[in-house]
Amino acid sequence: MDFSYSKTEQLFLQMIRSFAENEVKPLAAEVDEEERFPVETVEKMAKLGLMGIPVPKQYGGAGGTIQMYTMAVEELSRVCATTGVILSAHTSLCVDPILEHGTEEQKMKYLPKLASGEWLGAFGLTEPNAGTDAAMQQTTAVDAGDKWILYGTKIFITNAANADVFIVMAMTDKSLGNKGISAFIVERTFKGFSIGKKEKKMGIRGSATCELIFENCEVPKENVLGKMGEGFKVAMKTLDGGRIGIASQALGIAQGAMDETVKYTKERKQFGKSIAQFQNTQFQMADLKTRVEAARLLVRSAAWKKDMGLPYSADAAMAKLYAAETAMDVTTKAVQFHGGYGYTREYPVERMMRDAKITEIYEGTSEVQRMVIAAQLFK
Amino acid sequence: MNIIVCIKQVPDTTTVKIDPVKGTLIREGVPSIMNPDDKGGLELALQFKEKYGATVTVVTMGPPQADTILREAFAMGADRAILLSDRRFAGADTLATSYALAGCIKTLDYDLIIAGRQAIDGDTAQVGPEMAEHLGLPQISYVIGAEKTAKGFLVKKELEDGVQTLEVEGACLLTVLASAYQPRYMTVSGIIEAYNREVEVWSADKIDVEETKLGLKGSPTKVFKSFPKALKPAGETFEVSEEEAVELIISKLKEKHII
Repeated sequence: MDFSYSKTEQLFLQMIRSFAENEVKPLAAEVDEEERFPVETVEKMAKLGLMGIPVPKQYGGAGGTIQMYTMAVEELSRVCATTGVILSAHTSLCVDPILEHGTEEQKMKYLPKLASGEWLGAFGLTEPNAGTDAAMQQTTAVDAGDKWILYGTKIFITNAANADVFIVMAMTDKSLGNKGISAFIVERTFKGFSIGKKEKKMGIRGSATCELIFENCEVPKENVLGKMGEGFKVAMKTLDGGRIGIASQALGIAQGAMDETVKYTKERKQFGKSIAQFQNTQFQMADLKTRVEAARLLVRSAAWKKDMGLPYSADAAMAKLYAAETAMDVTTKAVQFHGGYGYTREYPVERMMRDAKITEIYEGTSEVQRMVIAAQLFK
Repeated sequence: MNIIVCIKQVPDTTTVKIDPVKGTLIREGVPSIMNPDDKGGLELALQFKEKYGATVTVVTMGPPQADTILREAFAMGADRAILLSDRRFAGADTLATSYALAGCIKTLDYDLIIAGRQAIDGDTAQVGPEMAEHLGLPQISYVIGAEKTAKGFLVKKELEDGVQTLEVEGACLLTVLASAYQPRYMTVSGIIEAYNREVEVWSADKIDVEETKLGLKGSPTKVFKSFPKALKPAGETFEVSEEEAVELIISKLKEKHII
């Protein structure tokens, strides 16, 4: 057993940390305040090959690992959770299912453009009446001979406003329930497809979360992803991978809040000494640090299993559950340590606390993670 | 075009502390980085590569762990990397270092040699100019801009109070300021490839130089004493009129025996 980073991973960390610090951090407050998608950052990430980390070279990617990808999401989220989730949704929810379930033609058509960052990816499962109960899909795909016609609405779609390719679940045979759902690759320019209203959110406000509207949207026959009727399976497997991404995002937020709080409590003086010298601060921070490290090990272990081709569904659920609750705990206490200042936008912990909350909700709520873990435990 | 860039691994002095008793740098636990001016030099070389087409070779002298900065150079876009590593190089001052590097460069084809202005651990700014002397090349230090011309290079050199533009014919050696060349990030695929590529490790036998000029033997510099700079206390502030100010300054300078 070896817990150390490989030399390649160390070099990667050096790059991504410096990128996050110099290119991402300076924009974080503005991106949040103005609810602005950081296009310029995504362009820079694309240039460095960050949009295709785990994509094999033959499909135009960097040929890296899931582990490196999770390190990237963590380091970006440490300074800006919006930027972290842009990469996570793109990679885990669009690139990964095409890699896992795509035909050779689909891979050759979509992966090079996604990996180079020319195209941004997104994923559409959630509907107004199909949240955690994702099998209740109302978006329908009708066989029109040479193409599929989709109609319906998806909501809360991360990256939607800026994405070019969407993995979309739709009902192809209602009588079969779960097994009547199929997955489709939908391009933004397909006839009958449009982006609906943009959500105003508590956190990750720079991430463009919108509705997808399908009004007799024409999807070519060859754009079914995976087998007909296996869309639900594709979606669930995709979310397993996505949870490692969100766990990494949560871990990054928690680490970022730790960084800020260590700095602040050392500087801030009350009663003649820095508040870091009080035992209350020390004991609480020691507990938080321990939680963050435990979350990191869960994330590393889940990513390692995915890289090794081992089953990782429950591992991803545990990593996300624990990292998300850690992010919420750490950021809430970080605000408390900052006192009145922490409640203002002068300090980044206010934003971090708002950003942390979503990690307990999207890509499966914490309750769903518990269901996944328990299902594995009692099977 | 063949460009050779000399780089050095240095302790990140922004995080380094000084042993108050010994007066030396505490190196334990301090991360090692590519010297910033050298990284700026590598950036210039890579810009030339993009603009004019070039093969960029990075050379460093150091212990085996200096390999890391050569991998970083690969990941940024360097084509070839040479590590001069041999016990006979150990203990080198700037002169012995410049002989070793020049001895290596003599065996290579080059049109341009680039070095950083100075390293943040020694701040001497001597190795680049010394190399140029050993190689019999024209040199321009404190470079903040450079382009290729038909005959050679057109170079901007920073002076204390302005910028000098110089034209040089044929091969030359430039020492570069980090502030002028914001280095690019390593790319993800560059990073993944970096450790699959070969760093050539050269011993003293492979370079063109007399052995007496290398390492401790070849180093005339002896460090007499090193000590941390004493922190200056905050100055005094006086609120006085312009007329009184001159008199006050003079009296204060006299008080301290400066005038």
